Amino acid sequence: MIVAEKKPIEEIIDTVKDCQSILVLGCNECVTVCEAGGKKEVGLLASALRMHFLQQGREVNIGERTLERQCDHEYLEEIRDIIDLYETVVSIACGVGVQFTAEKYQTKPVYPGVNTLFMGANEARGVWSERCQGCGQCLLAVTGGICPVSRCAKRILNGPCGGSSAGKCEIHQEVPCGWQLIIDRLKALGRMDDYEKITPIKDWSTDRAGGPRKVVREDLKL
Amino acid sequence: MTAKTPSKLEKILASGQLAVTSEVGPPRGSDPEVITRKAELIRNHVDAVNVTDNQTSMTRLCSLAACIRLKLMGLEPVLQMVTRDRNRIALQSDILGAASFDIVNILCLSGDHQSFGDCATGQNVHDIDSLQLIQTVRHMRDEGKFLGGDPISRPPQMFVGAAENPFADPYEIRVPRLAKKIAAGAEFIQTQCIYNLDKFEDWMGKARDRGLTEQVHILAGLTPMKSVGMARYMKKRVPGMDVPDEIIKRLADTPKDKQAEEGIKICVESIERLKEVKGVAGFHLMAIEWEEKVPEIVERAGLYPRPSGNG
Amino acid sequence: MRLSYPTAIKIIRVPCTGKVDTLHLMRPFEKGADGVYVVGCREGDCHYNSGNFRAKARVEQTRKVLDTIGIGGQRLQMYNLSSSDGPSFARFAEEMQARIVAAGPNPIRTVLEKRRKEGTQR
Repeated sequence: MIVAEKKPIEEIIDTVKDCQSILVLGCNECVTVCEAGGKKEVGLLASALRMHFLQQGREVNIGERTLERQCDHEYLEEIRDIIDLYETVVSIACGVGVQFTAEKYQTKPVYPGVNTLFMGANEARGVWSERCQGCGQCLLAVTGGICPVSRCAKRILNGPCGGSSAGKCEIHQEVPCGWQLIIDRLKALGRMDDYEKITPIKDWSTDRAGGPRKVVREDLKL
Repeated sequence: MTAKTPSKLEKILASGQLAVTSEVGPPRGSDPEVITRKAELIRNHVDAVNVTDNQTSMTRLCSLAACIRLKLMGLEPVLQMVTRDRNRIALQSDILGAASFDIVNILCLSGDHQSFGDCATGQNVHDIDSLQLIQTVRHMRDEGKFLGGDPISRPPQMFVGAAENPFADPYEIRVPRLAKKIAAGAEFIQTQCIYNLDKFEDWMGKARDRGLTEQVHILAGLTPMKSVGMARYMKKRVPGMDVPDEIIKRLADTPKDKQAEEGIKICVESIERLKEVKGVAGFHLMAIEWEEKVPEIVERAGLYPRPSGNG
Repeated sequence: MRLSYPTAIKIIRVPCTGKVDTLHLMRPFEKGADGVYVVGCREGDCHYNSGNFRAKARVEQTRKVLDTIGIGGQRLQMYNLSSSDGPSFARFAEEMQARIVAAGPNPIRTVLEKRRKEGTQR
């Protein structure tokens, strides 16, 4: 899932400080699971904004709505009849949702309410960590199911580097060394011989470096 | 092993003599005097001089420019190149730049993470890793081609090296890692500085058992301790560093004004012991900001005068 | 026990403080309350195991938000006591009252009252 974090309220307030009416728009999927942009968070943000404006002595209409997703046309259509009641939208969906909403409602300012971070997993309640950077050429089969692109701070494909220390990355004690994890996994799988195979230079053209990406499935197009 | 490049370092190693290299750290500014001064101090006591590449991610005068300056002074530079800051285009380009000045030694490294340095908010590149860089230089030299496939006019004739840390974690892959670097094309290795001689000899033994010492020249890295404070710092704060308690005790038991001298003594003793270890092809002395001690260490270790490299 | 405690307190009973949501903590302030306090079982004695710990975390979260938007996190407080501890309840009520008096009226209340007045005057 996509993992995001709430933006500081001060930052959001600063963005919308001169608005007359705001729709706080949440999303029922990834940001709900990482408790940053779901229905609950919509309620909290709306309440905080209301109290902020009340203190300023201003009458600001704050609406609340949570869509199933903000990355599908069909769901975004659901707010077509109410969106013009508001001057601005603060979308607390991930960066995709913010943009897709803005694309659909071209003349409506749509501001982000979360900072979108990575594709990751929910390790425990309140803890999410990165697992995938969308490089477009998955090599998990070679590394025992652990990704050196997303779990090594230097995305080394033939690791570890000399800074690996007691299983931790040199950048921080709490970051596991991705290559230690790979080696431990290869050992557990009885595949330590794979360690000495040299992974060749990567083709990054399917990564961000190659430019904005698109997937088209001709067999699925109507 | 016969020499394949014009490198003096390679020739000395190929002849079976112990080689001595050292390093020079460029300034955080553009004053060339800093480099030339350091280099002059060690000129006659080493076979080749490494120039570090934005070490610990602190922006410094680039290794390539400093190497050119050393070359023009008549020294033999070793271009250290990290993969942190440059993509494959820039790496190949800088290799050609070095080759155009007949710089013929290169050390391929990953580089410390940028969060350690003065540009912690910057991007890192790591388009290719240090192993793939070794492959790249060998490809440019031996096939005479760019990574893209086109021929290179006047391909670089570089002697390719890599760094290795016998003490880093995980310990069990330290020898397979060495094997991997050799398979990628590394021709010489400079190790991280050694204080735990027993552990190093254990690593060397395992490397010998796999026949790796026949395939690569291993230069043992050494850094003289200036004080017990330095020893403690290195033990606690530098990842992958193994400083035995005996060393710390030995320095702590020495009066403060004599600790530097004791540190040099320890270094010379280490060289004497490692000379006897089969497979050790030479020494890489990293006396950071203490370059003036290199001549003394080399002489006291019986490694002076240096061979001319022409025999 | 017939102990006296400040009269300006409206008590909302819940089966467990774990049932109190962050929105339940925000809304009273939106409506002009000067203070909110959550009174739960002593830590370790929660009838439902850890409801009072959840309440504690939610109170903390909401306090930060209240500080950020200028209402003042000190208006929201969590207390723990055992269900038969009448004296403590009275003491907490006094304490909360004192804290709210020190903090002054909720700025929202001032605005809402002003609006109500203008509404009747118009």
